[in-house]
Amino acid sequence: MGKSYHTIAFYPDKCDGCMDCVEACARFHTGTADPRHSRIQVAKDEEEKLYGVALCRQCGDPQCVMNCPAGALSKDKDTGVVRWSEEKCVNCQLCTLACPYGGITFNALTDRVMKCDFCEGDPACVKACPRKALVLKAGASLFNAWGDLEDLVVPGLSACLGCNSELLLRHTLRRVGSNTVVATPPGCIAGVGSVGFNAKTGLKTPVFHPLLTNTAAMLAGARRYYKRIGRDVTMLAFGGDGGTADVGFQSLSGAAERGEQMIYICVDNEGYMNTGVQRSSTTPYGAWTSTTPVGSVLRGKTRDAKPMPLLMVMHNCEYVATASTAFLEDYYAKLDKAIEAANRGMAYIHVFSPCPTGWRFPPGKLIEVARKAVETNMVPLWEYENKRGGIRFTHPVDDPLPVQVYLSLIGKYKHLSDEQVSFIQGQTDRRIEVLKKFSREDKEEEISSAA
Amino acid sequence: MPNSDYVIVGSSHAGLAALDAIRLQDKDGSLTLLTQETCLPYSPTILPYLLSGQTERSRIFLRSEEALRELKASFKPGAKVVAVRPDQREVALASGETVQYAKLLLATGAAPKLPPVAGLQEVEYHVLRTLEDALRLNSASEEAEKIVVLGGGLIGLHAAENLAARGVSVTIVEALPRLLSGYFDEEAADLVRQAFVNKGIEVLTSERVRRASKAGRGCVLSLESGRSLPADLLLIATGVQPRMDYLAGSGVETDEGILVDEHMRTKVDHVWAAGDVAQARSFFDGTANMNAILPSAVEQGRIAGMDMVGDPALKPFVGSIPLNTYKFFGQRAFSVGMTVESEGMEIEKVALPEARKYLKLVFKGDRLVGAIGINSDLDPGVMHQLIRRKVYVGEARAKLCANPVEMSRVMMTTGWR
Repeated sequence: MGKSYHTIAFYPDKCDGCMDCVEACARFHTGTADPRHSRIQVAKDEEEKLYGVALCRQCGDPQCVMNCPAGALSKDKDTGVVRWSEEKCVNCQLCTLACPYGGITFNALTDRVMKCDFCEGDPACVKACPRKALVLKAGASLFNAWGDLEDLVVPGLSACLGCNSELLLRHTLRRVGSNTVVATPPGCIAGVGSVGFNAKTGLKTPVFHPLLTNTAAMLAGARRYYKRIGRDVTMLAFGGDGGTADVGFQSLSGAAERGEQMIYICVDNEGYMNTGVQRSSTTPYGAWTSTTPVGSVLRGKTRDAKPMPLLMVMHNCEYVATASTAFLEDYYAKLDKAIEAANRGMAYIHVFSPCPTGWRFPPGKLIEVARKAVETNMVPLWEYENKRGGIRFTHPVDDPLPVQVYLSLIGKYKHLSDEQVSFIQGQTDRRIEVLKKFSREDKEEEISSAA
Repeated sequence: MPNSDYVIVGSSHAGLAALDAIRLQDKDGSLTLLTQETCLPYSPTILPYLLSGQTERSRIFLRSEEALRELKASFKPGAKVVAVRPDQREVALASGETVQYAKLLLATGAAPKLPPVAGLQEVEYHVLRTLEDALRLNSASEEAEKIVVLGGGLIGLHAAENLAARGVSVTIVEALPRLLSGYFDEEAADLVRQAFVNKGIEVLTSERVRRASKAGRGCVLSLESGRSLPADLLLIATGVQPRMDYLAGSGVETDEGILVDEHMRTKVDHVWAAGDVAQARSFFDGTANMNAILPSAVEQGRIAGMDMVGDPALKPFVGSIPLNTYKFFGQRAFSVGMTVESEGMEIEKVALPEARKYLKLVFKGDRLVGAIGINSDLDPGVMHQLIRRKVYVGEARAKLCANPVEMSRVMMTTGWR
C-alpha cells in the first residue's frame, strides 16, 4: 500500500516564541545553545502576533533532492528523512533556492547547509516544546502496520457526519479479518448500513441482525454449531450500550458466565442514539438526553453510569478492556489479545464512542472529545486478563486534566452547575481509586499511544 | 532498430526529472535514455567544483547503473543523436543506428557559445560544459601561470575563483559594464567584483577581445582598449546556446531554442523538449525566452515526463523565473525574479558594503517580483515562492522590508506551509 512516515506538525496558535525548540535542536546537534546551529527557526510577526516556523518537511516530493547537482540529498525510503551528505555536497546553495519552506539553510558557523535530520526518530524540538506547538505525528506507523489489511466494510455508510462507529467498524474488521460472523443488534451500528439491504450485506463477512435482547446468546449458539462441524470461526458482536448494558445484559451475562467463545464489543455512546437519544444505564450523571431532560427541576440524568466493564471483569471473562478510537494503537493491541482470548472464552471490549449528534458537539471535534475523556480520567484505559487476574492501566494518566476541560466540549453537559461539575470530578477521582484497588502490579510494558 | 515507448535524449537534469515522472505512473513501459556523453548522468553545474577539488570524478554521478536498472531505463551512453524523423517516429544516431519512439523528449541541453573573436580557431582554448572539458581544463591548468577567462558570468567566475586558488594569475574579461549582469544589479555586482579584486584577480569590464593570436604554448589577446593580454590558458565562458543541430529537416520549430507550450510540447506530435534546450514562456510577461538554469530544467523535465505519461496531477508550466545562487570566496549570493529596475517597479534596498551585506527587494504594485541577497539570511526558496505564488503583500510591505527574514517566514507559514 506504500509507506507512510512520521512527521512534525506545528501549531502556530500554541507557539509563544520561547525558542526552546531552537535551543534544543542546537544542543542536540552541537552541544551548544547557539541558535545559529538550529535546524528549526521560529519567526514572529510582532504586530499580528503570528508565529512562523522554518523547518524541513521531509517532503515526499523533495525539491531539494531534485535540484541538487551533486546528488548530495536523497530521500531515505525507510525513515522518510531527506538526508544530506556532507561528503557529496559542493556548497552551491541551490537546495536553499529549491526549498519552499526554509527547511535547508546556510549555517554561517560551519559554512555548510544544514537541515532537520529528525534526530534519529526522536525529535529534540518536539520534546522541548512546553506548549505542544510542535507535535510528532506518529500515525504513519499505524498506517504502515494496518494499511495493507483489507477494509471489510462497504465504502458508503449512512452514519452521521463525524460518527465514531465508522472508524471503529473499519479498523476492527481489518484486524479481526474475514473468517468472522458479525452480529449487530438494533442500534447505530446496524443502522448505518453494516447489516445491509436489498439482499446484500454491508460487510464482507457474514452479518446478521439479532434481537436487542439476545446478541450474545445467538453468537454463542452460532459458535457452538461451527465448532461441531469442525470449523473455527470468530464470533464478533458490535452492540450499543443499550443492547449490551440494558436490555441485552441478561443474555450477555449468561454467555460470559458460561465462557462462550466470542469477541463482544460494546460501542458505548452513552445512550440509545438510533431511536432518538434516550438515556441508558451507561449514560453518565448530569447528561442531557431526551429522557433525562434539563428544566427547572431536573438537570440531566440523576444517576451515575453503571460500571459495565468492571461488571464484566466480575464474570471471569477471559479478557476485558476499555478502549478509545483516539488511541488506536492501544485498541489494536487489545484486539490482538481479544482475538486470542476468544478461543477460550469471552473477550469483552468496551469502546468509548462519542456521538456528535446525540451529545451535541461539532463533528470535527470527535477525536478531541475522545482524547480529552481519557486525559481527564473520565474514561480510563485498562485491560483485564483472566489468566493474570487484576486489571492493568494501559495508558495511565498521572496528571489528569480537570473534568471541566472535557465537559465543556460537549453540548449535553452545557447546563451543568458548578456543584454538578464538582460532583462529577469527585466521582471520577473515586472511580480511579476503585479501579486501582483491582489493579495488578506486574510490569508489563505499557502500550504507547499514537497522536 | 530498437523500439521504445519513451525515448529521452539527454541525461542531465531535464532528462532525469522526466524519467522519474514517467516511472512514477508507468512502471513497465519501455524507456531508453540516450546521451552523447560517455559516462553516467551528471550535472554540468558540478564542473566548477571539480576544478576546485570540492568534489572528484567518482562522486559526481547522479544515477548509478543500478539505479537506472531499477528504474528500468535502458541507458545508452555514447549515443549522439544526429537526426529526428517524426514521420518514421525515429531518431538517428551518429553510429548509423536508429531508435524508434512512441514518445520523444529532447533534453539535449546547451553547448558553449563562442564569441566573435578573430583568430580564435587558430589558438587553443578551453570551455567548461562537459566532464571532458573539466578534465582537460584541470590538467592544462596545472602548467599554466597566466590564465585569462572570457566572460564574467557564473561559469567564468566560478572557474576564475577556482583556478586562482592554485596561485596563478587570473584575468577576467567581460564585455558588459558589470559582472553577472544577467542576475545582479550594480551594487551586488560591485560586491562580487570587490571580492575578486581583493584576491588579486584582475577584472576587466566593458572590455572585449578583438583578436587572438598564437604565442608559444598559449596566445596573446588583443583587447578593444588597445591592451595586449598574454595567456597560457584561455577559458571561454561567454554563454551557451541550445544544442539543436540535429533538428534540421525535422519540422520541430525553433527560435533561440526549441519552442514549447506550457506542457513542454513542441509543434511536432509526440515530441517534447525541456531544459536548457527549450524556449518556454517567461513567468513575468509570457514571452518565449531562454532561461537556462537548473531549477527550470528540473521543473520542465518533470512537466514533460508527466505529460508524456498522462499523469492526472499535471499542472502547466507557470513560466520561467530567473533563479540563481552563487557562492564565492566564502560569501554567498542569490538572485530571484526581476532584479533590475524597470518601469512600474519599486525598490527597497538595504546596502551595507562594509559588512559585505546587501539586500534588495523589488515590488511591482502589491507583489514582490524580485530579490537579491548577498550574505543575507533570507531564504532564497521562500522569496522564490512569494514571487511565484504572487502573494499579496500590500500593507505588509513595510514590515517585510524592515524584517525580511522573519516576516517572509511568517508569510510562508500562514501561506503555504
